[in-house]
Amino acid sequence: MFSDAFSTAFRLIATLDPELAAIVALSLQVSLTAVGLAALIGLPLGALVAVFAFPGRGLVVALLNTFMGLPPVVVGLMVYLLLSRAGPLGELGLLFTPTAMVIAQCVLVMPIIAALTRQTVADLYEEYADQLHSLGVGPLRAIPTLLWDGRFSLLTAVLAGFGRASAEVGAVIIVGGNINHVTRVMTTTIALETSKGNLALAMGLGVILLSLALTINGAALAVQRLAQRLQGV
Amino acid sequence: MNVLGLLSTVTADDRPRAGAILPVRLEQVCFSAGGKLLLDHISLELNPGQRTVVLGPNGAGKSLLLRLCHGLLKPTAGAIHWAVADDRMLRRSQAMVFQRPVLLRRSVAGNVAYALAARGAPRRARQEIVGRALRQVGLLELARRPARVLSGGEQQRLALARAWALRPQVLFLDEPTANLDPAATRLIEDIIDSIHRSGARIIMTTHDLGQARRHADEVVFLHRGRLLEHTPAERFFTQPVSAEARAFLAGELLA
Repeated sequence: MFSDAFSTAFRLIATLDPELAAIVALSLQVSLTAVGLAALIGLPLGALVAVFAFPGRGLVVALLNTFMGLPPVVVGLMVYLLLSRAGPLGELGLLFTPTAMVIAQCVLVMPIIAALTRQTVADLYEEYADQLHSLGVGPLRAIPTLLWDGRFSLLTAVLAGFGRASAEVGAVIIVGGNINHVTRVMTTTIALETSKGNLALAMGLGVILLSLALTINGAALAVQRLAQRLQGV
Repeated sequence: MNVLGLLSTVTADDRPRAGAILPVRLEQVCFSAGGKLLLDHISLELNPGQRTVVLGPNGAGKSLLLRLCHGLLKPTAGAIHWAVADDRMLRRSQAMVFQRPVLLRRSVAGNVAYALAARGAPRRARQEIVGRALRQVGLLELARRPARVLSGGEQQRLALARAWALRPQVLFLDEPTANLDPAATRLIEDIIDSIHRSGARIIMTTHDLGQARRHADEVVFLHRGRLLEHTPAERFFTQPVSAEARAFLAGELLA
């Protein structure tokens, strides 16, 4: 039975089974959108916290670092409460839509990107501060400079966020509801099909998910190598 | 006065300088950190034209003095008076090169262009100024190279080119040849000479007495945060007044 499932899984991948393809496409769409939004918020937020000294900065840093490890089911629950009929954003009717999944993953990933950005930018700013000050570049104008000069490390941070988003199941299953052809993504399908005993589809998706993780890590490594070669850092 | 606005019509070397910011007068300047007095009531005046070398043993406060003059740090007591009160103009009329050059993670040319952009030089004028600055320090062939893969000497030359491109009235150099081999040191010293001849006021620290002899018109000698001598170089090297300076010149270890 196991080997049957295995061969079926590879046949599904090799023939680009439409159902499997649709699930993979939705997964990528949701996670890429979520990570894109999270980067738009997290990169400047992390840089702001790194560059400006303000009362309570230590607390914000501690919170960001803590939120890096937010349990997906808790994020799912929070977003569920926000978006449910009785919730503050219930009127938007977003619950059980891909948009809800994007919001949940964005909440999950944004702290990761912000926290890693803060660390990268803070280290860089420590090195650059005197020179930038000497050139008359204040903290606000330093932010784009630091984000650009930290671009390779920051790309790795964004990739880490994407890895987290594409692999989590807890948040999307709560706010998406795992509705067939609507909000079913790779991780939720694996959970469902495994519990139903339909191992072939689950394993096919598992292989794809694993390849995706490998690709992300390979990309991160390649980025580091490239940075080393181009910048000697 | 909008000095940089003229850049598009004037070639780089003819760029007019802003109103003279020198002389600078330090009045009872103190700096303390962690409960320790690191600079102790320094009063001195630096006039235009001459090259000042700040000498003293390690921990005398040489770098600190430069940083305070350049405005990277504020004195904890006392005051620094420039001939111009406008902070913005002061900043634009100075540049500093650090002991370990701080190069951005960009190309060689990109580093110079960044400094020009930060000082508001118009985009069209930058390329020509960058080219000129790199040629002056012999780095034109490496313009496209990532700055941080350069050798130590090349990195310091780039830092000098970047500072020079800003056409400062005053250029602070903090141990510009520390950690460099004699050949690289020689190149750096030649560039410093050229910058001096181009009209920038050089204020530098060094612990290399030979370098001080070659480059000083006047010497500021610090010891344990106190100013012991401020004299023409000639007199400092032949007839030092303080016992500490005599010992320093004799190569004795000063505590």
